[in-house]
Amino acid sequence: MSTPTLEVAGLQTHFFTRDGTLKAVDGVDFTLGPGEVLGLVGESGSGKSVTGFSIIGLVDPPGRIVGGSILYRGQELVGANEESLRGLRGNRIAMIFQDPMMTLNPVLRVDTQMIEAIQAHRRMSTKEARAKARDTLDMVGIPSPDERLRNYPHQLSGGMRQRVAIAIAFLNEPDLIIADEPTTALDVTIQAQIIHEAQNLCRRTGTAMIWITHDLAVVAGLADRIAVMYAGRIVEQGGTDDVIDRPLHPYTAGLLGSVPSANKRGVPLRQIPGMTPNLMKLPAGCAFRTRCAYGDGACATMPEVTQPLTDRACRCHHPLLPIPAAGAPA
Amino acid sequence: MTHALIETRGVSKRFVKRLDTAGRIARGLGADIDDETVHAVDQVSLSVKKGEVLGLVGESGCGKSTLGRMVAGILPPSDGEILFEGNTVGSLSARENQAATLAVQMIFQDPFASLNPRMRVEDIVGEAPQVHGLVKRQEVGDYVDDILLKVGLDPSVKRRYPHQFSGGQRQRIGIARALAVRPRFLVCDESIAALDVSIQAQVINLFMQLREDLDLTYLFISHDLSVVEHISDRIAIMYLGRIVEMAPTDALFEAPNHPYTKALLDEVPRLDQRKRDFAPIKGEIPSPLDPPSGCHFHPRCPHVGPRCSAEQPVLAEISPGRISACHRNTQEGVGRVASLAAT
Repeated sequence: MSTPTLEVAGLQTHFFTRDGTLKAVDGVDFTLGPGEVLGLVGESGSGKSVTGFSIIGLVDPPGRIVGGSILYRGQELVGANEESLRGLRGNRIAMIFQDPMMTLNPVLRVDTQMIEAIQAHRRMSTKEARAKARDTLDMVGIPSPDERLRNYPHQLSGGMRQRVAIAIAFLNEPDLIIADEPTTALDVTIQAQIIHEAQNLCRRTGTAMIWITHDLAVVAGLADRIAVMYAGRIVEQGGTDDVIDRPLHPYTAGLLGSVPSANKRGVPLRQIPGMTPNLMKLPAGCAFRTRCAYGDGACATMPEVTQPLTDRACRCHHPLLPIPAAGAPA
Repeated sequence: MTHALIETRGVSKRFVKRLDTAGRIARGLGADIDDETVHAVDQVSLSVKKGEVLGLVGESGCGKSTLGRMVAGILPPSDGEILFEGNTVGSLSARENQAATLAVQMIFQDPFASLNPRMRVEDIVGEAPQVHGLVKRQEVGDYVDDILLKVGLDPSVKRRYPHQFSGGQRQRIGIARALAVRPRFLVCDESIAALDVSIQAQVINLFMQLREDLDLTYLFISHDLSVVEHISDRIAIMYLGRIVEMAPTDALFEAPNHPYTKALLDEVPRLDQRKRDFAPIKGEIPSPLDPPSGCHFHPRCPHVGPRCSAEQPVLAEISPGRISACHRNTQEGVGRVASLAAT
């Protein structure tokens, strides 16, 4: 295989607050090949968004990347100077945010913002850039793109705005797009349209994508691979079918059990007891052990990432293997 | 037939935005402008039987929350009437009216905005039953403990303020507040939309447990079909202020009749659909200020015919207990339905 688009190893992003150090991301590893779609799944506070921000170099103080490496096509991004990051950001690596109302400049027309994004990275006449912006809007399925170019963001609906944000992300034909819950604020019919466009564009352009979401059902139909995060760590990683049909980590199994569509109607959902832990006061060892049905003495030490099955990574002392391995609780 | 616990008959809600002074002057001078009217809810009739869970599904802006608020008695309807146990709310004596109002309670979407941040939990939960004379002042403490236990909260936390709780716990406080006046009917307006997946499951389970323990009836409003499928006995689908289809849950999911229902079902992301090609319906929900003529769904509908833009389809029974508003179901359209079913 050629050089992976992105290699993240041992990434640690901590926030140094007055009340102590908050380990938002504490040891995240994954690799992403060209054209691959990774679904990064977790609940609020699991560190999935901070992982995305770390990759694109947008972690604000008091946060800081304190360890690990992020290799973009072999180039180290951790500790890279602002100038080289700026050359990549919006150019080779782009990000789509959750709320398009917050990320589009409300006082600039759509064309101004798009042309600016192009000319920041390459020499191109305004006329050419405008034509390119128009084509990209057309590509993400915006009807009458010429008119839309002259609109301000407030004149567009939520779904339209998100399409504009996606068009801006695709403008410079990046190698990697980080999509941070881009459809959470949208209706299901619009969500389906957006996922459809994103899926098409990735296939057509060979762009790799990290789709960050709390909804396993969304990535089930979209991603090639899924990584599940809990309390700053990836607890399980593998191919989409494997992770959803045969979860290894008890947390993944719990998440799947919580999705109503996977359950029979009227039967109580197999809920995870307790609530997401405070990152400041994590239990020692496995962060999930206080909510886990399999938690025991061994879980007081941090489990290492193991590969119990081929191409499946899991961070658990008691992975839910198809055939119970020796030593696993019944 | 048993009496419906709650029934709405032809209920409508219009919001009118009056012209400002400049607009009125311009109109006086002959400009072609008028007050803007939004038909948020348009002639909705539905009934919920005792012990039933009716799911109300639609996209944002379709009027489902407005309908919920009217049922809960927070908003007065512009037209039509709302009946509680067969009696029009408002026509009863003051005492009976209050009983009817108390019996219907609402649980809101945002657990952060719907609790008063300056009140302690015991006051949030205990105030209403005390005001309405359901419990004596000396007994409020025990009463609140009892209700907090019912919703799965430790009574020792009742001296705390809402900001000291997580989202899931706050939603439980909101449920406890609604339960405190011993309601028989709960309107849940997107009550779990703001919660994490694992917490969502806990709250769904709580709703189902309470339904059994307290013999409650729900109107469950949500945009999330998978949640509604799990919890509801019957489902009503709403589009731009009108109900387009209403059916028992199983029947609806097996064979959706209205093209909009079908589109919604197809587009819900599901765990068992892998690497599929999303083929979404076109367009977005139109502005309710200026809804399309005839069938509101016709600009997005894949089966649109000439009649659809001219004439509003009526809700008609297509099989027992099942209604749908689509021209394809009527006599002239039967041939088309059959041909579609064959393909």
